Amino acid sequence: MIDWVPDLIFWIVFCAILFFSRKQRVFWTVGALGLLLLFNQFFTPGFFRIQLLDGHFYGSLIDVLNQGAKVMLLSLGMVLVIATGGVDLSVGAIMAISAAVSSRLLVSEHQPALIAVAVALFISLAAGLWNGMLVAGFGIQPIVATLVLMVAGRGVAQLITEGQIINFLDPTMVYIGNGHLFALPFTLTIVLAMLGVTLIVVRRSALGLYIVAVGDNAEASRYSGVNAKQVKLFVYTFSGFCAGLAGLVACSNIKSADANNIGLYLELDAILAVVIGGTSLQGGRFYLIGAVIGGLFIQTLTTTLYAKNVSSDISPVPKAIVIIIVCLFQSEIFRERLLLYVRPLGRILPWKSARQPENLSRITTHDTPER
Amino acid sequence: MTAPLLEIIGLSKSFPGVKALDAVDLAVQRGEIHALMGENGAGKSTLIKVLTGVFSRDAGETRFEGRNIVPKSPREAESFGISTVYQEINLIPHLSVAENICLGRQPTWLGAIRWKAIAERARTALARLDLSIDVYRQLSSCSIAMQQLVAIARALDISAKLLILDEPTSSLDRTEVEELFKKLRRLREDGLGIIFVTHFLDQVYEISDRITVLRNGCQVGCFPTDELPRIRLVSSMIGRAVEEVEPLEQTRATTATIRSMEPVLQAHELGKKGSLSPLNLEIRPGEVVGLAGLLGSGRTETARLLFGVDRPDHGTIRMDRRDVKINSPRAALRHRIALTPEDRKVAGVIPNLTVRENIVLALQASRGTWKCLPIADQIKLADRFIKALNIRTPNREQVLRNLSGGNQQKVLLARWLATEPKLFILDEPTRGIDIGAKAEVEKLIQSLREEGLAVIFISSELEEIVRQSQRVVVLRDRRKVAEITEGEISGHAIMQAIATNQLESPSA
Repeated sequence: MIDWVPDLIFWIVFCAILFFSRKQRVFWTVGALGLLLLFNQFFTPGFFRIQLLDGHFYGSLIDVLNQGAKVMLLSLGMVLVIATGGVDLSVGAIMAISAAVSSRLLVSEHQPALIAVAVALFISLAAGLWNGMLVAGFGIQPIVATLVLMVAGRGVAQLITEGQIINFLDPTMVYIGNGHLFALPFTLTIVLAMLGVTLIVVRRSALGLYIVAVGDNAEASRYSGVNAKQVKLFVYTFSGFCAGLAGLVACSNIKSADANNIGLYLELDAILAVVIGGTSLQGGRFYLIGAVIGGLFIQTLTTTLYAKNVSSDISPVPKAIVIIIVCLFQSEIFRERLLLYVRPLGRILPWKSARQPENLSRITTHDTPER
Repeated sequence: MTAPLLEIIGLSKSFPGVKALDAVDLAVQRGEIHALMGENGAGKSTLIKVLTGVFSRDAGETRFEGRNIVPKSPREAESFGISTVYQEINLIPHLSVAENICLGRQPTWLGAIRWKAIAERARTALARLDLSIDVYRQLSSCSIAMQQLVAIARALDISAKLLILDEPTSSLDRTEVEELFKKLRRLREDGLGIIFVTHFLDQVYEISDRITVLRNGCQVGCFPTDELPRIRLVSSMIGRAVEEVEPLEQTRATTATIRSMEPVLQAHELGKKGSLSPLNLEIRPGEVVGLAGLLGSGRTETARLLFGVDRPDHGTIRMDRRDVKINSPRAALRHRIALTPEDRKVAGVIPNLTVRENIVLALQASRGTWKCLPIADQIKLADRFIKALNIRTPNREQVLRNLSGGNQQKVLLARWLATEPKLFILDEPTRGIDIGAKAEVEKLIQSLREEGLAVIFISSELEEIVRQSQRVVVLRDRRKVAEITEGEISGHAIMQAIATNQLESPSA
């Protein structure tokens, strides 16, 4: 088979996705990912090469999917929190707790892997519930409330591991982060399953509506009978659960639990993923799929920088530059300014995708002025 | 008579599309308390802001102590001796009383703050108000009334000759107001000119020497308080001659049939300290009860108590012959009470949800999280209300912020109608919406009444109340002062009730 055929197929599929999402908010996120991949297509030899070994796929793209699972899981929980107008800084620490609990149970207490996983997830859930109680029950500002666990959580994880790095070889536990299902990394299955469940819950129940309403105008939501406390409790708990899952994936990846380093700074990546996914930090409308693709974008960027041999000391700099550019292009004000200078762009790109039709501006001026 | 302390001649100020002040005159003497009255939007705040240099003026002149002045900032106005205390206390709660009084003009020595001098100045300023409190106390530990007095002391500290008080009494209770007035009288004797802005009629008659009334940016007149009967003050504020506001001919359900019905809701001695004195209210199906009164008279507070936004600390609410507790809007929703709030933007509109989502929100909230209204039903519901209420929107998936005020209001009405309420509280449903939408909302209220809903209708426009209501409850200074029954409802009767002195028996 000729080398470039699979690449061509990939790009045709990608362009199709881009085309069908042209009216959606997610267009910009997918577009950014596309540009990044295009860069790799030309400047990173072998980036698109995928090999089949022992019935499993291997390659940089697969790596991106596998390594990106953590941020994608985190962003799934984070996007709902941010939609209610909050933020969850504790997810990295919860990852560490989850990893510590599971490996401690597995190694020191000789519990079966399933129990270890279940307990770790339960404790993560409880940690999320704690955040939710602080925010919804006691009205503490989300940044402060989750900062508590962000700082203290790693200490808790250290206590659980007794300051040790716990290594394990349990096959079930190792499978979570390294196994393959349908020739693809098992982590991908976890992410897709979580995305699917979240999409169903958010769209099939009224939760999605409540989350947007609370994030958009909390006071009016209260007047409409929406139980904002319950909604907030749910999103923080869910975010804790997602972080717990991500923690399991993270420690399974490296077959050990290091309370100091697991999930370090990942809360920031998760927030970035959500923002790149098109959700405003002010709350309101949120984009689940966008957030997951945002997570994928960040991982692709990281992997690209590795592939280009950018030393990990300075890699945050190019990363920051790319992210600023992406955020700029998501800003309507920036796009309008740009359009003033580069007119032809308006014809090839769906600039108006996130804006409302022009003819409405007339309707809005009917109000009698209120003094 | 000596030349006035402050003389404003022909002051005008326009904002885009609005003439906020139109050739307004105002004269304040030394040793005079001058009340500035007017409804919301009459231009009182604008006048004060122009006077203190917050806004620039378009035309007119200001003479202060005979000199022409054009202050460009509140600081400059202060340097002339014009000092303002705003409605919301503009002090810093976590600083001490003394620091608050001297903030921004601390005496220093070589750049270092002289704390003793600060305390001394603060004591002097407070002494002018006959106050001797510990000036090192943290401000937030003082009562609201005390904080208000500290704000006045701060204003006096700059050797003010003219003191402007913008709604100083709105957060004070009766005895605190008395206390404040005692201090104001003392300042008057000291020869200070005081401009006093308020909504409370009783207070104006208690303390002021003269009254200037503004309406729609124009000066209606300046009257010595003794010579202006209350009813004329009310009518000049509202802008109708007393005889003019008369009921329009209309069909009304006969009182007899309504009277025989079981009340939807009975409030007994319902009240909350600091917001509403206990009142009784009864409302039956097919009845529109109007709540009339000036702004700040307790109309909105009544609505908030009935809807559970505020928790009453006094009295009971009965529905269906049972006592019910309404502690939150959720509880109100359960008891099928609906409210469209006065402040649409803050408490009603969810700007980035679509018209459909805004309409189904309350109904969905009443069904709980998991019993989601099927999307087909949502669409049907939204389309039905868009048609029934004539909501002008390109489609049901338009985000609400793109609709005009009137159409937003209709969407909010639809949100609550979808829950099929038994009692509908409408707080200023026609404020800020155009004439066409206004008429539609009024028509809607009548049709709701005919369908047997109980409606509480709150409005600042007397004609609306007269047109719509079977019964009118009149509030003043956060208490119910009269209840006007069918047949006796007229603009005159309402104005009379608003204006009647508290000591006299309320006549209907």
